Amino acid sequence: MTSSLTTIWTLAQKEMRDALRNRWFLLYTAAFAALALAFSWLALAGAGIAGFAGFGRTAASLINLVLLIVPLMALTIGAQSIAAELERGTLSYLLAQPIGRLEVFLGKYLGLALSLLAALALGFGISGLVMVLSGSGAADPGAYVALVVLAFLLGLAMLSVGFLVSALTRKASVAVGIGLFLWLAFVFLGDLGMMGTAVAMKLPIASLFAMSLSNPSQVFKMAAILDINATLDILGPAGMYAVHQYGQGLLAILLGTLALWAIVPGVLAYLRFANRGDL
Amino acid sequence: MIEYSHVTKRFGKFTAVDDLSFAVQPQEALALWGPNGAGKTTAIKCLLGLLRYRGLISVDGMDAGKNGKAVRRLLGYVPQELAFYADMSALDTALFYARLKGVEAGRAQEALQQVGLAEHGDKPVGALSGGMKQRLALGLALLADPPILVLDEPTSNLDAAARELFLAMLRDVKRAGKTVIFTSHRLEEVEALADTVLVMDGGRLTLVCAAAELPDRLGLRSRVKLRLPASQLERALAVLTTAGFTVSRNGVGVLVDVLPDQKAQPIQTLYDADVEVTDFEVL
Repeated sequence: MTSSLTTIWTLAQKEMRDALRNRWFLLYTAAFAALALAFSWLALAGAGIAGFAGFGRTAASLINLVLLIVPLMALTIGAQSIAAELERGTLSYLLAQPIGRLEVFLGKYLGLALSLLAALALGFGISGLVMVLSGSGAADPGAYVALVVLAFLLGLAMLSVGFLVSALTRKASVAVGIGLFLWLAFVFLGDLGMMGTAVAMKLPIASLFAMSLSNPSQVFKMAAILDINATLDILGPAGMYAVHQYGQGLLAILLGTLALWAIVPGVLAYLRFANRGDL
Repeated sequence: MIEYSHVTKRFGKFTAVDDLSFAVQPQEALALWGPNGAGKTTAIKCLLGLLRYRGLISVDGMDAGKNGKAVRRLLGYVPQELAFYADMSALDTALFYARLKGVEAGRAQEALQQVGLAEHGDKPVGALSGGMKQRLALGLALLADPPILVLDEPTSNLDAAARELFLAMLRDVKRAGKTVIFTSHRLEEVEALADTVLVMDGGRLTLVCAAAELPDRLGLRSRVKLRLPASQLERALAVLTTAGFTVSRNGVGVLVDVLPDQKAQPIQTLYDADVEVTDFEVL
């Protein structure tokens, strides 16, 4: 057991080291931190006052920023995780060592998840600092921490989807291409697709809410808006239906769904990786 | 110590290894010999658990298919295509694999010393020469002092000098009592290292013999005598040796050992190097 944990941690450390040398990952992290700083400052300046109004505007800006950048980061690094090593031949050599495939998979996943958490902590940390310095930080620190946790859960969900793509492909370029397509689908096409489907098929509201759960970005959006005490009315009839139907239990449903999005693709990715007989 | 029993590996309709059975005794050096595509590397990858297969491979009584991790603890592996993390230093690479193998960190530096790379520990692996990378691979394979060494075409990407150095290291490893299983299509490698040779072709085992018998059993010792201008003799010897031929001086010419279907190859090699050949004779 100890040797397995050492192996997993050794592999995780290597992944974190690689993430620090990955130009795209550094670029996304820098963009996230810079935009978080800019949005926080602008939101507070626009509010004209410190306090809860400033916090709400900043949090709303951060939700949109997370929706855009976190899936991109997580899908990209997840998609490269297995396919890139397979393509370079380093994966075969790694698996020829006295270690198990579960250890390799967990080590990679843990390393990338921690890298993602560090990137989020940087962006949210900068934004939080701006709010504290402006006096609005005390408005609702619990909600802010919950927002960070939700963003991390979204990151894990997208990382798992990225791992699944990586486990199903042999070339890193193909995996990243599919990852980018999924990012587009989740972030941009998701809303439009749902609206179009709802209109074309005259879907009942319950089905519309169920469809929302099929997109982790939508799930995060609903959970985050609930978290900052805003009303889901802004998400239209599906949001209103969800609040009226599930009440206090809605947040648990959304958190559970996001957790499932992190677990199910991750497990499928591992099963594919573990049963790969063509290394 | 290692036993293959009716091992078959198919890729779709293509059979890469076909009903392969053999055994390797402790401290024996066994060569899988054959042309490209014979199934040698596939047979090795099955042993390492990188490929699924039908049949049974056992190492020290353990089923390699079911106890892959335990079996790999007994193996040190040197691959044909060296795939390391290019931006990691040689020492960091050794430390990384030492931790994965559960070996003390101090062994990493010792392993580099063992293969003559101690002074190159700070260099990124990508900056090492082919010969150095191959020695690094050998050092990593020996990190945990495993009883069995598995090598896939260990000198195929090396020049003559690096090949000789690497073979000398492998002879030391063999003398230290390791069991060695390796693939090769180079006669001099087999002659230098192997006790027993398994000849493979089209995925099947076609011949098992002692290494010393291989050239005669397969009719491999065609010899070509080349006549050259005296002024170019030394250069011709150097060019042919570098290209991997077994060559010796013979009066005003050289004698070259070649495969029966490659008698013109030394002439072509010398022609490409602008060395004039005035006459030749097949002995």
